[in-house]
Amino acid sequence: MSDTRSRFEVVVVGAGPAGLAAAAAAAECGRRTLVLDATPWLGGQIWRGREAKGGPGSAKRWLARLQAAGAAVARQTTVVASPGPGVLLAESPEGPREIEWEKLILTIGARELFLPFPGWTLPGVVGIGGLQVLVKGGWPLAGKRIVIAGSGPLLFAAAAEYRAAGADVVLIAEQADLARLVRFGLSLPRLAPGKILQAAQYQAALLGVPYRTGCWAVSAQGADRLEGVTLRSARRTWTERCDVLATGFGFLPNLELPRLLGCRTENGAAVVDDRQESSQAGIFIAGEPTGIGGEGRALVEGLIAGFAAAGRPERAGRLWRKRRRALAFSRAMDRAFALRDEVRDLASPETPICRCEDVPRRDLEKYGGWRAAKLHTRCGMGPCQGRICGGAVEKLFGWDAASNRPPVFPVSIGTLREPDPRPSGASD
Amino acid sequence: MSGWDVAVVGAGIVGAACASECARAGLSVIVFDRGPVGGGATAAAMGHVVVMDDSEAQFALTSFSRRLWRDLAPELPADVHFEACGTLWPAADEEEMAEARRKAEFLRGRGLRAEILDEDGIREAEPNLRPGLRGGLLVPDDSVLYPPSAALFLLGRAPRNKIVLRTGADVRALDPDGGVVLGDGSRISAGLTVNAAGCWSPDLTAGLPVRKRKGHLVVTHRYPGHIRHQIVELGYLKSAHSVSSDSVAFNVQPRSNGQMLIGSSRQYGAERPDVEFGILRRMLERAALYLPSLERLTALRSWAGFRPATPDKLPFIGPSADNQKIWLATGHEGLGITTSLATGRLLADMILNRPEEIPSAPYSPARSLPEDKAHD
Ligand SMILES: Cc1cc2nc3c(=O)[nH]c(=O)nc-3n(C[C@H](O)[C@H](O)[C@H](O)COP(=O)(O)OP(=O)(O)OC[C@H]3O[C@@H](n4cnc5c(N)ncnc54)[C@H](O)[C@@H]3O)c2cc1C
Ligand SMILES: Cc1cc2nc3c(=O)[nH]c(=O)nc-3n(C[C@H](O)[C@H](O)[C@H](O)COP(=O)(O)OP(=O)(O)OC[C@H]3O[C@@H](n4cnc5c(N)ncnc54)[C@H](O)[C@@H]3O)c2cc1C
Repeated sequence: MSDTRSRFEVVVVGAGPAGLAAAAAAAECGRRTLVLDATPWLGGQIWRGREAKGGPGSAKRWLARLQAAGAAVARQTTVVASPGPGVLLAESPEGPREIEWEKLILTIGARELFLPFPGWTLPGVVGIGGLQVLVKGGWPLAGKRIVIAGSGPLLFAAAAEYRAAGADVVLIAEQADLARLVRFGLSLPRLAPGKILQAAQYQAALLGVPYRTGCWAVSAQGADRLEGVTLRSARRTWTERCDVLATGFGFLPNLELPRLLGCRTENGAAVVDDRQESSQAGIFIAGEPTGIGGEGRALVEGLIAGFAAAGRPERAGRLWRKRRRALAFSRAMDRAFALRDEVRDLASPETPICRCEDVPRRDLEKYGGWRAAKLHTRCGMGPCQGRICGGAVEKLFGWDAASNRPPVFPVSIGTLREPDPRPSGASD
Repeated sequence: MSGWDVAVVGAGIVGAACASECARAGLSVIVFDRGPVGGGATAAAMGHVVVMDDSEAQFALTSFSRRLWRDLAPELPADVHFEACGTLWPAADEEEMAEARRKAEFLRGRGLRAEILDEDGIREAEPNLRPGLRGGLLVPDDSVLYPPSAALFLLGRAPRNKIVLRTGADVRALDPDGGVVLGDGSRISAGLTVNAAGCWSPDLTAGLPVRKRKGHLVVTHRYPGHIRHQIVELGYLKSAHSVSSDSVAFNVQPRSNGQMLIGSSRQYGAERPDVEFGILRRMLERAALYLPSLERLTALRSWAGFRPATPDKLPFIGPSADNQKIWLATGHEGLGITTSLATGRLLADMILNRPEEIPSAPYSPARSLPEDKAHD
């Protein structure tokens, strides 16, 4: 039995590292806290599905801390809209739920950035994160030849998981130049000693997988599905035969919900103050939506947000210094793995940019901005509502494809419409 | 060129139709819009081309315009998504059935097709409508289209050497001697200026009784064949008439890609463009009453737009009452997609002193208007 309406002092949306930390912190301060997530598990993208198995040390620690703190948990609960001030509307297996909050913490993570290139819509071309999710779900990879192309340390993490699933990882193509990466490596120890260790572990697991820097995928070939990928480096262009091409160009903060709630965003990230509070009083934002920074930054920001939302910012203590270091680390990462212009601009005139409405680059280029292009080509008006092509047009043309209209996720009309006028009351 | 024959302010569907007709008649035309083509009410609309009969004047304009759309249909490019799906008006009870019959008589008496459906007929026409409906009215020659592309097409249809389009150009004022003053202070002179700025037209023509009437819509995932006609409740007539209160009505549209648009709401006095959840819910509640299967279908997005409304529910088409160099083509409320072509044709007829295809007097800006009850 679940009531359709409930009320909490602190509501945390998203149970990734940032959300778990925030909910634990708020509950430790004695606040009646709820943390909810769209998925059936806790842990977000990085600890996805590890809950049952105990997971890596840190996942286990945080889940235990959350439990000890006594926060309520709601799984498979997706926030889709805000029917009024201080209220969220969520879809859950039991039906629509209205959740009232006094303080709100948004820890809704990021999504993969897809950059279109010729052949990117062929079956067999996937995002590295999406493929990780498939692998965790039991998708068979054994014996498959995989090329991984893109940027950033997650290419290694992904390769390690694919290898563990029995895949033959043929090549990791890192678009950034070696010189840059060396500089990044040199600056690492000072910033985050843990990270370099992590990187080394991955590298070890990968022993034998060729890793090329200054190298990127320019096109994918195949009749009905992927057969090969053409790669380019400063010196040469060649084709590698493969069954799967996993691309990872980075992540984009999820900003639909903050925008719907009126929180200010700037340069593709939510604006927050020292206490992680957004431009809307009482709404705190932590983790990826404030800028891509990975697990470490997500945890620190989550804790700060949790303490601040509970009215106990002084308990954040040393965390501020940690956050400064985490921010410096993200900035160093951004610089080291900045996308080269060639990679942003791989789409040919015929390459589809919007998969849903099948809009090629050629049709978009005629327009001076996102709104005109969207109105006249219907780019971004299909099922994904610009969640995928929005990032692509931003990188390709510099257009801002932001939306702030409900629902933030596709949702059944039954959930959106007037809920049954059942009596409201608090419930866990 | 130093002076234009006509300067049009607003590249919504109405401005586009006016500019296109004038240029096709040989006048030189410049069109200004501060946003993209069709980015105002035109972008928010459903695109239902429908004959309405609230008044003889409304019927004259909508039926003439529907004919113009049908004549144009063979020329419309695929991205206008024109489809002659017809309108189905379900009748819930005997009272509405009587209204359906009256409407059918009215249309047939004026030479238009209209068909009365009984209980079985409506079930066959739209199997997903709730059972137990008394019957309905089918108007087969109504249609639907995608308005922003239609506006772009109309502008593109004009001879290239006769028309210039300037988007991203904010018009600050209309020059009483013809032409406009732009946001950067520059002046562009023209023989006459057409204010087609939709619900923003009073910003340029002070005192013009055009008000914003907010409307919400929801778009769904793709469900090809779920509905086959634009379906509008007959009660719409009652709610659309009310000028003072907020109202919702069942109004759904099948799009050619299988998506459905669900409407609609009408509000006065709402100035903010954001989606209002209370209204959205009432609207969906109403829709699910007629189409219970909606409950399980997925909504992708919602939005709101403003209809430019006048006190007598008829647009202003013609020279303004006090200045023959400033013309109006505005105030089309919830029917501007439908009536845009007729507006463009009438306006060009008047400017060029051609015989009018339908009398323009009922739409004259100089006509006397009922008191605007809902104004305060
Ligand atoms: C597909 C993918 C794979 C990744 N894989 C790795 C990896 O292998 N290794 C690594 O180090 N990093 C990985 N990352 C990066 C990872 O996201 C960050 O390092 C870190 O997990 C960020 O933590 P977070 O709490 O900010 O966000 P997340 O971990 O993304 O958590 C956000 C949570 O919010 C939930 N959520 C979002 N919106 C709503 C809503 N409206 N209602 C309810 N719940 C909502 C989501 O379901 C998610 O569980 C991946 C990212 C993505 C997108
Ligand atoms: C939810 C909803 C559903 C609707 N459904 C239908 C339907 O199914 N069928 C139908 O027939 N009608 C429908 N309508 C009504 C229809 O949308 C309008 O009547 C029609 O779009 C009006 O067109 P317009 O060109 O006058 O106005 P707009 O499309 O608003 O165009 C006015 C233009 O003027 C520009 N502008 C304004 N001020 C200035 C300035 N100072 N300088 C430069 N440019 C300026 C604006 O940027 C805008 O592009 C609907 C409306 C709404 C809101």
